[in-house]
Amino acid sequence: MFLKPTFLALSITAVLAVPAHADEAGKDTLADMKAAIDKQQQEIDRLKEMLDSTANAIEEQALPASQTTIGGYGELHYSDTDSGDSLDFHRFVLFFNHRFSQTTRFYSEVELEHAIAGDGEPGEVELEQAFIEHDVSADVKARFGLFLVPAGILNETHEPNTFYGVERNPVETNIIPTTWREGGASVEWHPAGGWQLDAAVTGGLDVPVTGGSAYLVRKGRSGVAEAAADNLAFTGRVKYTGIPGLELAATLQVQDDVTQGAQDVGATLFSAHGIWHKGPLAVRALYARWDLDGAAPEALGRDEQSGWYVEPSYRLTERLGVFARYSEWDNEAGSATDTVREQWDAGVNVYLHPQVVLKADYSKFDGILDGDAVHLGVGYAF
Amino acid sequence: MPFIWALAMPSNKPLRRPLVRALCPHLLAVLSVLVLLPGMVGAQQFMSTEQFLKGIFPGQVPAPKVVWLQGKIKERVEKVLGHRYGKLRVRYWQQGDTTAWILDEVGKEQPITVGIVVRENRIALLRVLAYRESRGDEVRHRFFTRQFDAAGITNDDRLDKPIDGITGATLSVQALTKLSRMALILHQHVVRQNP
Repeated sequence: MFLKPTFLALSITAVLAVPAHADEAGKDTLADMKAAIDKQQQEIDRLKEMLDSTANAIEEQALPASQTTIGGYGELHYSDTDSGDSLDFHRFVLFFNHRFSQTTRFYSEVELEHAIAGDGEPGEVELEQAFIEHDVSADVKARFGLFLVPAGILNETHEPNTFYGVERNPVETNIIPTTWREGGASVEWHPAGGWQLDAAVTGGLDVPVTGGSAYLVRKGRSGVAEAAADNLAFTGRVKYTGIPGLELAATLQVQDDVTQGAQDVGATLFSAHGIWHKGPLAVRALYARWDLDGAAPEALGRDEQSGWYVEPSYRLTERLGVFARYSEWDNEAGSATDTVREQWDAGVNVYLHPQVVLKADYSKFDGILDGDAVHLGVGYAF
Repeated sequence: MPFIWALAMPSNKPLRRPLVRALCPHLLAVLSVLVLLPGMVGAQQFMSTEQFLKGIFPGQVPAPKVVWLQGKIKERVEKVLGHRYGKLRVRYWQQGDTTAWILDEVGKEQPITVGIVVRENRIALLRVLAYRESRGDEVRHRFFTRQFDAAGITNDDRLDKPIDGITGATLSVQALTKLSRMALILHQHVVRQNP
């Protein structure tokens, strides 16, 4: 549609090559052609402007119009265990986030667990996160609201495509009570490349003091639902990711009284983990330990609750990864008798897409546990 | 770190309760002060496009050009990104066999703006200019982006060297990897057209 420069040049050259003795008619022709070329050039420039305007308009329409975004993840589990088989849409989660400005944002996560919620139903609807994040500087962020406690590997990052195994590992379920959220305020500081320090003041655990679940930390999560807040908790974490493929982190949480005034039971959580992946090979390892003060937890052996796991994995192809994991945990580690629980897992993740995964694994229970289980699952995140 | 280890020791139980009582109000006070500070504009903008380009072309920044995404080149770019590309053209700067690209790609939910310099079909520099996601901003540091230096592209449009990821920043790592591949594809294309 446009005259090519070479064609224009040839035309002009041809015209200029007309002998000097050309007649007046020739001069008129030259002038006419020049005028025509000028007119065409103007037309080309005008069309270019129109094309740019059209492209701009189309591109503007293609850009996201809203500062509000939606995401989510979910996972369906099939379990074949010694106590029976089950099929459970374990988690259906939606994120609703909004960007107020370049420095102030809102994040939320609403979860439906076990598909159906209501009286007599197995599931529940939970607010997993709802917080405001504010950038104080490029290296400092503050958070206010309901957020995930900075502890362990899975508590903050638990979309199904980010870990191996259909179910989450037992150490980060029974010792670090993932998913563990609390209401409060926190600050995240990056003092140097690869270093991150977190400090949070939040509501604390509220563990039962009687019954079979007495002093079990997992049973102390309030969910920030009209939770007692007589005794707050302080959480500090240091994390290093300064070498690609490596993550080292340690968390300390201290709480005045995890019974919120019912008794006087101070508690401390210490956890440390390392992740190393180089090419297709990856290893994760985590250790976590609670110490609960007071005679009552000690009498049940629950004054110490601890566990650890190690998980090597190998990515055979971009779409296929295999893993093995050994976990050991004990919620009565303070007792004189042997109460250690052990679990061996091995399995496979098949990635239909980096954010869509099919999973299968086999678990063998040992220690004071016995039996085995097969799990199948499908998970997604977007 | 030794401080945390020391506090974690069971023998230090008596220290913990006064510690938590002392730390909680102080941290709340610090947070209150932080909130009262005037809000920063563009706190996550680490470098402007102009600053990036002046660093790459110290004498004079060449006039920008555009490459239209059409036909085969559009297919390759969209295959690398894994989704439709929202623009019809990509702006770039060229001086000899060096091209500079300012590209955006969403990590989890917000676009990450990246400046990429390609020289002789290899990445000479990749720098995160703006990061807007909540987590995963470790990818902005040179200890991570240095991995892209000298990376080229294979016949099937993959990087010819491995990039080690960062736990918790998987989507940001993927976004940067996609953009590096896109810049290499576009560089090949425009250099072939305008040697």
